[in-house]
Amino acid sequence: MSAVSPSGSRLKPKHQRLVLVVLALVALIAAGLLAAYALRNQASYFYLPEQMRDDPPAIGQAVRLGGMVEDGSLRTLGDGVTIAFNVTGLDNSVVPVRFSGIVPDLFVEGSGVVAEGTLRADGTFVADNLLAKHDENYVPRELQEMTEHQAAEMAEETMVGIR
Amino acid sequence: MIAELGLAALWLAAALAALQLLTGALAVRAGADGAEIAALTRPAAVLQGVLAGFAFAMLLWVFAVTDLSVKLVASNSHSMKPLIYKLSGAWGNHEGSMLLWVTVMALAGGLIALVERRLPERTMQATLSAQGFVALGFYAFLLLSSNPFERLPVPAAEGLGLNPLLQDIGLAFHPPTLYFGYVGLSIAFSFAVGALVTRQVTPDFASAMRPWVLGAWVFLTLGITAGSYWAYYELGWGGWWFWDPVENASLMPWLAATALLHSASVLAARDALRAWTIMLGVVAFSMSMVGTFLVRSGILTSVHAFAVDPERGTFILFLLMLYIGGALLLFALRAGTVTEGTRFAVASREGALVFNNVMLSATLAIVLLGTLYPLLTEAFDVRVSVGPPYFNPVGAIFVIPMLLVMAVGPLLRWRQDGFGRISRELALIGALILAGLVLFAVIGGIDLLPLLGLALAGALAVASFLPLKGRKLRRTPIAIWGMVVAHFGIAVALFGMASESAFSQERLAAVRIGEATQVGPWTITLAGVAPVAGPNWTAIEGRIEASYDGGEPRVLRPQARNFWAPPQETTESELATRWNGQLYAVIGNEAGDGRWQLRLWWKPFVTLIWYGGVLVALGGVLALIGRVLGDIRRRGFRRRLADRRAEALA
Amino acid sequence: MSWRLWVPLLLFAGFLGLAGYQLSRPRNDFVESRMIGEKLPFFELRPATSDRPGIASVQFADGKPRLLNIWASWCLPCIAEAPQLERLQESGAEIVGVAIRDRPEDVARFLERHGNPYTAIGLDDLSEVQLGIGSSGVPETFVIDGQGRIVYQHIGDIRAKDVPILVEKLGKLGK
Repeated sequence: MSAVSPSGSRLKPKHQRLVLVVLALVALIAAGLLAAYALRNQASYFYLPEQMRDDPPAIGQAVRLGGMVEDGSLRTLGDGVTIAFNVTGLDNSVVPVRFSGIVPDLFVEGSGVVAEGTLRADGTFVADNLLAKHDENYVPRELQEMTEHQAAEMAEETMVGIR
Repeated sequence: MIAELGLAALWLAAALAALQLLTGALAVRAGADGAEIAALTRPAAVLQGVLAGFAFAMLLWVFAVTDLSVKLVASNSHSMKPLIYKLSGAWGNHEGSMLLWVTVMALAGGLIALVERRLPERTMQATLSAQGFVALGFYAFLLLSSNPFERLPVPAAEGLGLNPLLQDIGLAFHPPTLYFGYVGLSIAFSFAVGALVTRQVTPDFASAMRPWVLGAWVFLTLGITAGSYWAYYELGWGGWWFWDPVENASLMPWLAATALLHSASVLAARDALRAWTIMLGVVAFSMSMVGTFLVRSGILTSVHAFAVDPERGTFILFLLMLYIGGALLLFALRAGTVTEGTRFAVASREGALVFNNVMLSATLAIVLLGTLYPLLTEAFDVRVSVGPPYFNPVGAIFVIPMLLVMAVGPLLRWRQDGFGRISRELALIGALILAGLVLFAVIGGIDLLPLLGLALAGALAVASFLPLKGRKLRRTPIAIWGMVVAHFGIAVALFGMASESAFSQERLAAVRIGEATQVGPWTITLAGVAPVAGPNWTAIEGRIEASYDGGEPRVLRPQARNFWAPPQETTESELATRWNGQLYAVIGNEAGDGRWQLRLWWKPFVTLIWYGGVLVALGGVLALIGRVLGDIRRRGFRRRLADRRAEALA
Repeated sequence: MSWRLWVPLLLFAGFLGLAGYQLSRPRNDFVESRMIGEKLPFFELRPATSDRPGIASVQFADGKPRLLNIWASWCLPCIAEAPQLERLQESGAEIVGVAIRDRPEDVARFLERHGNPYTAIGLDDLSEVQLGIGSSGVPETFVIDGQGRIVYQHIGDIRAKDVPILVEKLGKLGK
């Protein structure tokens, strides 16, 4: 945007506007391209357990995993703050998950959960954050897609729990 | 009866908005012949403001007396709630908040109709007409799809309380603050449309618009600062910004308003950047509406609890199409005919401001694209969420050059300048950055972004005061002080952000009662755990003794709360604030063997983030005071000049 | 030429198209139970009030079809559906209630105020029964046949127009 040439004379008015507009457009297009590139790499994809089994994400890539907490799988490890449990999806696919932190209170066996974190080389999913069912009327949006088998599994597992 | 009065006032106000739209448009069309019809526009705008204010007062009234025959009260209030939360409940829901929105918008419209005299009358008519148009859409939204005064066929026995997460003083005043900001931007939008209609994009237009932009910007800054602090202590996750759609919805209008503020300054002072300022005026308002749309329609998931309704989303989307589509169409047709403004050199105040405007716009594009990306991929049935790994580095690419230029820009003269003249200042800023980089690199273990942030923050803090150099401090205009304070606030906040991410320490531990654990310089002992009960909750409360560096222990009482109407569980974090940072404590469940989960953070200088935000807002207030006082003085001067001329003629 | 001036409008149109498309996509907020056609899971709930017994799953196998109403005193739509439940009761339906995460004193106050159409009310503190029969919200109503099988699920509050449907479902099962 050299509106002033070395001699100090200025460009014609028309040109200055053009230069400004082009500069703005270039910056915005650069921002757009950069965003498009970064988004492809940095957006965290949502996985169901069966998808994670069939087509796992790269090791260490931030993703989300959604499913049901398998009944009888939840246990607290020796340090008192790390929990381990299995997340199940359709057709008995199971992903073992570890989480260190304070668990949402509505997080129980048989409930739906969305875990944010990364897959490790040994196949364990290490969660940085757990989003559990919030209240009676709230279903995590990702889980709405799972409604077909969600209710059934919830029912099965809860029944097992009660029996 | 009270509710019906409010509803009637609302209908009348809507009718007046329609009248204002019509008379304004007719007056613009008729030009000089339309003086009679034009005379109706301003009174209509003022009366519309009064009526909307009355309607909102009626809503406050039914909430204050807990009139449970009104559906909104029954679903959002409770007779046992403290009065302050009863009143805040009036706007703590969709219908009430939309009424607050139109009320503030109508009051602002009435105010410009009353006091704004420096613009050509035709532009003013077009502006008020546009304002009536925008207001009319929101009245239609309220009256047709979200009537706040709707009655229940049978009065409820008791209200349903307020969402416990919302029963919080910070949150009671947080949304209205953002709304005030959005509304200010709607006024700026009306000015932009008015100026575009009559092609009168003048410095006067910029100075008429500027107070509204400044006001909006102050409210947005405060709103974002408060919202960030609220999320920090209320969610109990230890973070202060999550790049959540709801947060982005408030950040995007702020970025646009910041750009608009600076480009309006260029237009007011130097008569340049005409079309660009108009464009930003449209963009700033559209960002506030896009934000509202994204939050309310529920098409994006958020960690913040919000009632969503796709039907309302459709309505907002329709309004968005009408206003923003219309304004952009007008822009495409008209902006080419807005004459070119005054030219300037690269090395000038304008040049620096243009650079920062472009960087702010690019940052805005980054945030907008990141926020909308999940929508795009969902169209192809791929579910993603976009978080810090995207926003932080990509945003920084544009924010860092902007901050560098922000340090230098205010030192440059308008129109044409050379970097040679300010070479000493430049060397000082460069040396400070370098010193900061070396200092913090020696400490080690700091990631690149926080390192850059720390170094830049130090240099910026000094640079923000350089414009005062060589000035007599007493005679420095208030607006300049405003700029200095706001820029200094940015440096302070930046230091807090960088320090938080560079030096934070976290400890997650399961401790028995009586046991101690360490986080940073703190020694923390769990002294006891006891059940406590509040008005609508029970909780497990931990008693924690925290001692800084072996000093006198302070007692913290974090809670895991259990609300029962409606059932919901929250963690109440507890903070110990020192001048050099905050200890953040959260208590979790019992691990099963008598140990309790504690999550502790030591966050050095984290509080500077919000102090910085407040300073930025304070700078905005100073600038606003300076500008308004200047306008009043100039108006008095013009009047005296006119009087003297009249005398001379006589 | 000023083609550049049209760029913002085009970008905005793109946003509108995307947002409009997302809004128009059907979003099913209702989670339908997969337990329809299945027997009720085993459960026993303690009474929610002093004047009505609690409920247990074995009671449903006595040959009499019933409505199982999932509700709570803290739920607004439940107030709205109270008159419809009364009408169902008048038409001869037997209604048992499951109060979700509720307190006895709140339940009593609600019933006093909005009427009590229930022959039995159990207190479901942990949403066990709710989850067990595949209900994800409050209120929901299930039609249970004489053998204790779930026949039909109604999601959301019962409106006036839903009453005949429920009566018909019960009628088909024979009283």
